[in-house]
Amino acid sequence: MNDLSVSVSAANGPVPQVALPDAPPKVTARGLNFYYGEHHALKNINLTLGTHRVTAFIGPSGCGKSTLLRIFNRMYDLYPGQKATGQLMLDQTNILDPKLDLNLLRARVGMVFQKPTPFPMTIYENIAFGIRLYEKISKSEMDGRVEKALRGGALWNEVKDKLNASGLSLSGGQQQRLCIARTVAVRPEVILFDEPCSALDPISTAKVEELIQELSEDYTIAIVTHNMQQAARVSDKTAFMYLGELVEFDDTNKIFTSPSDRRTQDYITGRFG
Amino acid sequence: MASEHTAKAFDSDLQELTRLVAEMGGLAERMITESVDALIRRDVALGKRVVASDVEIDRLQHLIEERAVLTIARRQPMAIDLREIVGAMRVATDLERIGDLAKNMGKRVAALENDFQPLKLIRGLEHMTDLVQSQVKSVLDAYASHDLPAAMAVWKGDEEVDAICTSLFRELLTYMMEDPRNISFCIHLMFCAKNIERIGDHATNIAETVFYMIEGQQILDKRPKGDMTNFATTVPGN
Repeated sequence: MNDLSVSVSAANGPVPQVALPDAPPKVTARGLNFYYGEHHALKNINLTLGTHRVTAFIGPSGCGKSTLLRIFNRMYDLYPGQKATGQLMLDQTNILDPKLDLNLLRARVGMVFQKPTPFPMTIYENIAFGIRLYEKISKSEMDGRVEKALRGGALWNEVKDKLNASGLSLSGGQQQRLCIARTVAVRPEVILFDEPCSALDPISTAKVEELIQELSEDYTIAIVTHNMQQAARVSDKTAFMYLGELVEFDDTNKIFTSPSDRRTQDYITGRFG
Repeated sequence: MASEHTAKAFDSDLQELTRLVAEMGGLAERMITESVDALIRRDVALGKRVVASDVEIDRLQHLIEERAVLTIARRQPMAIDLREIVGAMRVATDLERIGDLAKNMGKRVAALENDFQPLKLIRGLEHMTDLVQSQVKSVLDAYASHDLPAAMAVWKGDEEVDAICTSLFRELLTYMMEDPRNISFCIHLMFCAKNIERIGDHATNIAETVFYMIEGQQILDKRPKGDMTNFATTVPGN
């Protein structure tokens, strides 16, 4: 009888906030596969991390999101029997190139882990140690770099009077921000966060999230999190992974209000078995 | 709806919300029917009952809002769940307004009690009410069963209600010109017609909410508007 069809907004249409314009790609994966020995852990992943954007990876345990993160800085090279195939580019650099200098790669692609892992040395040395690996600079220059990094980690005001105290003397949240500062100190281009807040209390978590947003002005960020609200809060783009596949990759606003794939919907609404 | 949540209590929270909206919808439907019945039969007591029902509909709206906010706070719903909850709140707001409009008609019954007028004046209103009543019923069914085509049929069907409202306006204007003694009665009927027309608009709002709940997007099309009462005059040919 009546024509029941109506036009709707385009896929990225009026979701709660205006969708960000697409950023130029910083990291690009094409047909990326990963194997733990015989186990095919990542299957044909295609995605890009936009420059100065925060990309969140969500999915149930074992879906491959941490594995993917560990490929971005070749962390898997530390273990035998693991191999990646396909293409993974950091700007014009092939990350999977076996001849690539891994130290340089890891200076460009920094990583922050689940548990804060400060070195058993002073706060100052925790930062300076990493810088010295890559650069030879004077003491005064180093002081400046340490301060800048600690400010970057939103920690300076809390530790400026005790730079010679042990990194281990800090609280969990401060330790994590120290690790972020340590990562920022070597001036990477990409920062990978693997569950950075899962060991932190809510206030420290809020501080780290705030920090991630600030850092996205200067760095390209990828974050793996089990906390969906966190992904919704901090990221511009969200990737949902399941059983080694990239199921859905879209604007965060879209993913959390009206995802396209049924599996994404089931996961984010808590309907997974 | 989709399969069950891992947290079963979340499912019962959502079901309870849907149930409350259904209860509120049933009450709103009854208020529309009774208010117009009261008008037709000049049943002042029934009119008063409609006015009294508004308290209950307000109570349900508050309850739905409270439950919805609580569920958001406790469960941090996402995607379809979030849209369901926002949808329930929006539908409850429309139903509350429908209740107000029916209540307003119920109040007018007392004013008309001693004012004898031929029943034919009320026919048009009755016809319009039947149509709006079925729109409200269909859209509430569409809401409960997540039936998008049914909701869209309501959305597009409002044009007819608007058209009837316009012709009723012209008719009432004619009666008033024929005999000034008709004026007070006709003015009340005009308000009632406008109320019914507004109820129809709330039904289309609910249809839009159903669309949003199911599709996760807003309708961009402009709804066809047939209400021309703003332009109705006594000048012939207009």
